Amino acid sequence: MKKTLFDKVWDAHVVETVPNGPQILYIDKHLIHEVTSPQAFAELEQRGITLARPDKTVATADHNVPTLNQHLTIKDALSRKQVEMLTENCKNHNVTLYGLGHKYQGIVHVMAPELGITQPGMTMVCGDSHTSTHGAFGTIAFGIGTSQVAQVFASQCLLLNKPKKMRVTVNGKLNKNVLPKDVILYIIAQLGTNSGTGHFVEYAGDVFENMSMEGRMTVCNMSIEMGARGGMIAPDETTFEYVKGKEFSPGGTDWDRKLAYWKTLATDEGARFDTEYHFNATDILPMITYGTNPGMGIKINENIPTSDDASFEKALKYMGLEKGQSLINQPINYVFIGSCTNSRIEDFRLAASHIKGKQKATNVTALIVPGSQQVAKQIKEEGLQDIFESAGFEIRQSGCSACLGMNEDKIPAGEYCVSTSNRNFEGRQGPGARTLLASPLVAVLTAVEGKIVDVTELELA
Amino acid sequence: MEKFTKLISQAVPLSIENVDTDQIIPARFLKATSKIGFGENLFRDWRYNADGSKKESFVLNDNKYSGKVLVAGENFGCGSSREHAAWALEDYGFKVIISSYFADIFKGNALNNGLLPIQITKEKLTKLLEFLKDNPKAELQVDLENQMLLLEAIQLNESFDIDPYKKMCLINGHDDIDFLISKKETIEAFETQKH
Repeated sequence: MKKTLFDKVWDAHVVETVPNGPQILYIDKHLIHEVTSPQAFAELEQRGITLARPDKTVATADHNVPTLNQHLTIKDALSRKQVEMLTENCKNHNVTLYGLGHKYQGIVHVMAPELGITQPGMTMVCGDSHTSTHGAFGTIAFGIGTSQVAQVFASQCLLLNKPKKMRVTVNGKLNKNVLPKDVILYIIAQLGTNSGTGHFVEYAGDVFENMSMEGRMTVCNMSIEMGARGGMIAPDETTFEYVKGKEFSPGGTDWDRKLAYWKTLATDEGARFDTEYHFNATDILPMITYGTNPGMGIKINENIPTSDDASFEKALKYMGLEKGQSLINQPINYVFIGSCTNSRIEDFRLAASHIKGKQKATNVTALIVPGSQQVAKQIKEEGLQDIFESAGFEIRQSGCSACLGMNEDKIPAGEYCVSTSNRNFEGRQGPGARTLLASPLVAVLTAVEGKIVDVTELELA
Repeated sequence: MEKFTKLISQAVPLSIENVDTDQIIPARFLKATSKIGFGENLFRDWRYNADGSKKESFVLNDNKYSGKVLVAGENFGCGSSREHAAWALEDYGFKVIISSYFADIFKGNALNNGLLPIQITKEKLTKLLEFLKDNPKAELQVDLENQMLLLEAIQLNESFDIDPYKKMCLINGHDDIDFLISKKETIEAFETQKH
């Protein structure tokens, strides 16, 4: 039978099918962090059981950590307790932890790929919905709840019904100033936030084939924003090149054996998908969101649509925006470049290239939050830190930061923030904060101008 | 997990679509390390003003409405995978959530906590929300064994879908961990064969 990439990886991990019920799916790699794991460790302890495979579990602290003075004791008592509990749990259960101060610490979805923990053909889970990021490697990766974290702890498996399969194909040449973030914001705006429910997505076509691994991660990261459990891209030479030689990548004969297997994973010609969508790359322009879910996005040079729908009106009221209005020249006081969507070195290289010799606008607070210690190190070594600092941007230490407003990094009520993160929900970046999602290019130019600019036709160096 | 078989209760109508888990429980309340007490901050920024005073217009602050059933607009529970959303709803006192669409992860989290998500058509959901708004004392009947949702006053007599395995778990109060632990040998055999 012809199989899709998803079928091949899924079927290779089915331990058993329960008659008239779900399947037992084996998990190759379990990533954990401080926020969604304490109750799962407690569950194990209540039952008097231990981790089945601590060697397949890797932990980091990212969601609830400060991005200033990480070498000092965390000020917020509850945050401190949560991070300390992770340290203690990992120690008691023999789990590798890249905690605060460790050279590998970082946002779980930035740290694992850059260390070669993420590899093609794997099944990976984490108590975080943006685990879909790792699908960029041809990996089945998805977010789980804390009860499921406990299940993986106890058995290295999950009980699941196989999702349906969707393919989104984008062919053609991308327009000027269109980045991977724009591609995924465009797809979500076209399909809606629940179009992917019950599905796993495969992204296909030359737009994705021509993307870097960083770009593919940005795309797969936001699969959950259309309701899909995950998204994946067939591994190819770009993938193999990225994985090769990383800290935890296979080496020697193991590499050759695995590489031969990874090359078999692409979807067979003629394999069937439950749902298919096709888009032309030329239709995509730089994007921005105007509402309170990631599907409420427009091309940056378009006007906000009009609708009498109550939820639509509620969203616009929250955002303080009008139907039919253009966002160009909208004053913006906050810019956030970071999060598991756009905090990799490629994002900061791009941002820095557009501000060299310039200054941020005086009204703007511009926050640069690297995805990991390794990215922070690269920013320094490549001289990007000087560029950002000379331009008046504030560089912080790695973590989830203002993406979800769990630590001190919040956007004040009523303020607009052009953000490279993934969610513009009400209050996501702090109570009353108004988030406009965009690419690192749109974000950095907003910081320089102090307002939203139409980047569509801009000739950039 | 508590067993679930039947429930007769009033319901709270929340006529908002795309209720995401950041609304159900904002991230700043995820710092707790146990499962207890999240109900206090359920729908925090819709329920309370910044100064801690109640927003009178929000349905949970309206004394007319109460009950163990929450009826919400389409695509309930989208966004973050935080199970704290299910814990918050349960801690507040809800046992059943009715919508026309649930996000996948939320649905799984709810079922793993004895909270029953019931999906009905958008048309019936709209009718139910409208009726409940004006008839807060109306009682809904949920019969899990027969997979039926009843509200006689509007001739709602709806059978709903649920995964047979999950139904068995809810009725018996079992969870997936018990089941997976019972499969230890099979899982170990798979590991040996695969690696």
